[in-house]
Amino acid sequence: MEGGVAYEQGLNLKATELTLGLPGTGETEGQGGVRNNNKRPMPTSETNEEESQALAQIVGWPPIRSYRKNSLQENGMYVKVSMDGAPYLRKIDLKVYRGYPELLKALEAMFKFAAGVYSEREGYKGSEYVPTYEDKDGDWMLVGDVPWDMFMSSCKRLRIMKGSEARGLGCGV
Amino acid sequence: MNYFPDEVLEHIFDFVGSHKDRNSVSQVCKLWYRIESYSRQKVFVGNCYAIGPERVAERFSGLKSITLKGKPHFADFNLVPPDWGGFVYPWIEAFARSRVGLEELRLKRMVVSDESLELLSRSFPNFKSLVLVSCEGFTTDGLAAVAAYCRQLKELDLQENDVEDHRGHWLSCFPESSTSLVSLNFACLKGDINLPALERLVARSPNLKSLRLSRAVPLDVLQRILIRAPQLLDLGVGSYLHDPDSENYNKLVTAIQKCKSVRSLSGFLDVAPHCLSAFHIICPNLTSLNLSYAPGIYDNELIKLLRHCHKLQRLWILDCIGDKGLEVVASTCKDLEELRVFPSDPYVGQAAVTEEGLVAISRGCQKLNSILYFCQQMTNAALITVAKNCPNFVRFRLCILDPTKPDAVTQQPLDEGFGAIVQACKDLKRLSLSGLLTDQVFLYIGMYAEQLEMLSIAFAGDSDKGMQYVLKGCKKLRKLEIRDSPFGNAALLMDVAKYETMRSLWMSSCEVTLGGCKALAKRMPGLNVEIINENDQMEFVGGCDDDRQKVEKMYLYRTLAGQRRDAPEFVWTL
Repeated sequence: MEGGVAYEQGLNLKATELTLGLPGTGETEGQGGVRNNNKRPMPTSETNEEESQALAQIVGWPPIRSYRKNSLQENGMYVKVSMDGAPYLRKIDLKVYRGYPELLKALEAMFKFAAGVYSEREGYKGSEYVPTYEDKDGDWMLVGDVPWDMFMSSCKRLRIMKGSEARGLGCGV
Repeated sequence: MNYFPDEVLEHIFDFVGSHKDRNSVSQVCKLWYRIESYSRQKVFVGNCYAIGPERVAERFSGLKSITLKGKPHFADFNLVPPDWGGFVYPWIEAFARSRVGLEELRLKRMVVSDESLELLSRSFPNFKSLVLVSCEGFTTDGLAAVAAYCRQLKELDLQENDVEDHRGHWLSCFPESSTSLVSLNFACLKGDINLPALERLVARSPNLKSLRLSRAVPLDVLQRILIRAPQLLDLGVGSYLHDPDSENYNKLVTAIQKCKSVRSLSGFLDVAPHCLSAFHIICPNLTSLNLSYAPGIYDNELIKLLRHCHKLQRLWILDCIGDKGLEVVASTCKDLEELRVFPSDPYVGQAAVTEEGLVAISRGCQKLNSILYFCQQMTNAALITVAKNCPNFVRFRLCILDPTKPDAVTQQPLDEGFGAIVQACKDLKRLSLSGLLTDQVFLYIGMYAEQLEMLSIAFAGDSDKGMQYVLKGCKKLRKLEIRDSPFGNAALLMDVAKYETMRSLWMSSCEVTLGGCKALAKRMPGLNVEIINENDQMEFVGGCDDDRQKVEKMYLYRTLAGQRRDAPEFVWTL
């Protein structure tokens, strides 16, 4: 059962590493000559998390005020939402929803899909996509199986999986 | 010989408003200098270290309003260590001593202590207006002093400050007799607010036109406030979490309907998006909308709201609006002049808008003149189209989240795209670049950006030539800030006299060395050349080898005040 980041296997991380050493460290003891240590070969449009992590570690980038950065972080219980096949992730604030029906409606609106009908026995029936989440233990669970409050406190992130991959998820395993 | 009495000249100068124009007027002759100086009421000091407060007070004896800016712009992004400087206290103290009749104080990126707020509130009996933007160093105790002792206070405007919150008692410090408030913005405060005190304050402020609430103000209080203040022009909603079926919500809908004057809406710091429809009724009147602090509103609710905003001139929004949402903006907001799209998740390093959204906006919003756009990717073709559609840009700031990303389609540098922008936009005053860029883009900037006053560069260029093109070509350049780019001493020292025509230059993680900076400082005594040496990265031993060390952060600025005396240990003035 993949964890949603399996595409990172085999990635040449060094090639995509954005190096920001101090001037003078590393190979280019420059005299203002051609710079070649900060330009890196660009991966194709496939986004990936390692790259995002590297970007997130550049001091002062993206250039937004710390006040703004801090307030976006403090506010609410944000979890990332990915959907198989969609090029980028979204983030939602779980605090804003009162229960599963509202959450599902929001996800369906955000990603333009229909989740189908949920039942405890059979999961989501009648749909191509299935909402799942990764819990604190790192396991991938079906959204809706546990009480809402428990879900809010244990959900680390969401993934809208293609139905075929979701079979066998959280059913008495 | 023509002769005008002083009073006539003074009266004529009254019509000269802008700082630039008044500065020009004062340089015509000694007489005009004298008259302009004593009649100038509003003074703007773009760098608080460029001149000393005593000198300002002495020259402008009629001073009533002063704007001061402190830290360099890159301090906003954590590139300047805390304690660097920018203290307002010496200014307030000097003005108090010189008995300046201060009525208005506007500060940006300065350190403001509670002590300075207390001194301010006690020293100027006519004090009316305090505006603090991106400042730090004070607590709600300082605000309490302002509330209590500034008897004529009309405006208290706190924008994006880092305030230590000692709870909500400061609001109760406005005396019962205080009825003069016109503008109150405390949206950036994080702690609890004395809600009854807030309601009473609003109730006794008939002139209140602008009110921006913090997250601590819940819906029922908002509703009661709106009933009391239907004359509001500018509203910042605090918390907007509630049950759409509740009585409170229905009361709110009624209250909002009465606010026919609201032209500017912001806040929604906590929001349940499905209840925004209550505000649809005032959307057609809005000229300014700031939802950039409301990450809980996802695209379709946002779009529903925006479809009502036909008169919008200014829109600040998060990128969760998406390219599709920007198309809706383009077709609805025909009067749009300023757009800012911020990343909703700066930590993930991905944005939900691309070049398509920008192109859509440029097609629909012909009056657009100012943009700040954080996006996932960009193309030269898109920028060329945007330049053709919108030649009126005065401010153009593009931030691709991956700072060295090339054209997403051709994989080429974005030189041609930005080149098109500077060539088409003849009035461009401010430009921020990003993406893969070579020296070529700077050649274009030097050639075409004749009105450019501020340029921000990050991870760009190949050699000294890049910076040299800019210094040579941009005659009106005032502020240049560069990070992580391969510009070194040859560029820095090419035209040292130029820096006296500019406010400041910032260079960090570039190729300039200590020797280069020293040489510059020696040739230009009218500049302060400051090196920020964090974590003892550099050794200032005075030996002959150390001059080859690269300088991590350099900030230089012209000044009449000489070396500043409040620099911390890690800042060396050469």
